[in-house]
Amino acid sequence: MLVQDFLQNSAERFPDKTALVCGGERLTYAQVEAQANQLAHALIAHGVERGDRVAIYLPNSVETVVAIFAILKAAGTFVVFNHTTKRDKLSYILNNCRATALFTSERNASLAREIRAAVPSLKFTVLSGERAVAIEGSCYAFDDLLAAHPTTRPSCPTIDQDLACLIYTSGSTGEPKGVMSGHNNVVFASASIIRYLENTPDDIVINVLPLSFDYGLYQLLMAFRFGGTLVLERSFAYPAAILKKMVAERVTGFPGVPTVFAILLQMDLSPYDLSSLRYITNTAAALPPSHIMALREKFPWATLYSMYGLTECKRTLYLPPDQLDARPGSVGIAIPGTEVWIEDEEGNRLGPGGVGELVIRGSHVMRGYWENPEATAGCYRPGPTPGEQVLYSDDLFRMDEEGYLYFVARKDDIIKSRGEKVSPKEVENVLYGIEGVVEAAVIGVPDPILGQSIKALVVVDGVALAEKEVLRHCRAHLEDFMVPQIVEFRDSLPKTSSGKIKKTDLG
Amino acid sequence: MSIENQIKTYIVENFLFSDNGYELIEDASFLEEGIVDSTGVLELVMFVEETFDVTVEDEEIVPENFDSVGQLAAYVRRKTA
Repeated sequence: MLVQDFLQNSAERFPDKTALVCGGERLTYAQVEAQANQLAHALIAHGVERGDRVAIYLPNSVETVVAIFAILKAAGTFVVFNHTTKRDKLSYILNNCRATALFTSERNASLAREIRAAVPSLKFTVLSGERAVAIEGSCYAFDDLLAAHPTTRPSCPTIDQDLACLIYTSGSTGEPKGVMSGHNNVVFASASIIRYLENTPDDIVINVLPLSFDYGLYQLLMAFRFGGTLVLERSFAYPAAILKKMVAERVTGFPGVPTVFAILLQMDLSPYDLSSLRYITNTAAALPPSHIMALREKFPWATLYSMYGLTECKRTLYLPPDQLDARPGSVGIAIPGTEVWIEDEEGNRLGPGGVGELVIRGSHVMRGYWENPEATAGCYRPGPTPGEQVLYSDDLFRMDEEGYLYFVARKDDIIKSRGEKVSPKEVENVLYGIEGVVEAAVIGVPDPILGQSIKALVVVDGVALAEKEVLRHCRAHLEDFMVPQIVEFRDSLPKTSSGKIKKTDLG
Repeated sequence: MSIENQIKTYIVENFLFSDNGYELIEDASFLEEGIVDSTGVLELVMFVEETFDVTVEDEEIVPENFDSVGQLAAYVRRKTA
């Protein structure tokens, strides 16, 4: 099975069923399939070859969904960007994966031109939006490409060993790394998750998370696989609008991150009839037990799943819902068809109570980082059988007597804010780009809504610098979720004996 | 200062990063144009409550009221009328 089969099979089984609700649009499986086929023909006609990376720089939209499946149907590998990514990082990633084509919106037309100049591998750009028009020099309008090509399915040489997507993630080095997901990995991981969530074609899932984030992306992939309906939203910026949509569409599945639930719990939910809700899922960061209790009180008819995972293997653990009352602090057990254990630094497996690194084994373990053997070797290591790779999570866990797992801490200094990973190094690199900043350190501080808020400590020399100027610079160079909430000016920062900034003394 | 200008000033000082004279159009969608991000909306709510002395109800925090200078000014006028 291939990832595009999720759409293709559902288009055969349920051609007239609503597959996607997005903005004011409603598309059936047959319509999504037809558009993806048209676009796939266009990609092939314009030179996309098997294994080529094709990037999507759009907010959650119908075009993003169609492009994802079109790229797969054209035997390509898709790369979805967070739509708040800024120019330098876009260029970096596009060059890193040597993308062949880029999808973006017409309002980014001038940015797309600059990027074309900075990324030699790009053969063409596709602009979407009502006013999108083809521009000379291999820049096409999305709708024109659809109109010019047939709705028949193109032949596709892909096998399940080929890469379906690269998902870029922040690492402690500050440089984003592309996690390589083979079709077989995605097919396996999505089946395992669907199994424990007990999804059926009757499920209607709302997704407010970006499709650049694996948790958001898999809502699309899974819904299409089980033949449900996906209600795709841009974000959770307007919670009341989302709640109204959930009521109107009779949503059954609501995936969120702690920030989403923290906002929801502050609201009066009585005006909204959410009785259709069958399940709620949380991952990306732990939900405080008090929020678990509160969510269960607000939605006693819905099943709550606490989960844990990392992009490098998609999902790792889930807590069977019948265990939630007994162990609300646990993120559970290995997802179906996989196994995990806890290892100490000498490689010994630890029993109940011992704290060590979580190691993950199964077909959901991805292939490593795109063209980065060094980083790959750091966490993808040989497993118990020849040729196999297991994943070292960099997260410390402990296990109780019954084998349920508890997150303890991260081994590195990565910050989790709004459920997304923030590399302090990446933010510090941007801070050092401000004239006059001589030292910078970025740390996470506990925050009731964000999980961790991002605090920047800077030492300035020779110029007067205001907090707003620092924030402006950060907003111009970083994705939304990486922009610090707090900026503090210091005369100096504490150092270790080797002269490195000592972050443990900054809290 | 008009309500529109007060909102514009706030947005320019707190969200706009470009120093090259970006012109904030009254009907430009904050989210679509990437002017305000998702947690920025909550900051905007606080700004409105403090500046115009109104109480913003949860169900009023919707794009129709909060997604552009024009919409927000119209909302503030309705609330303070």
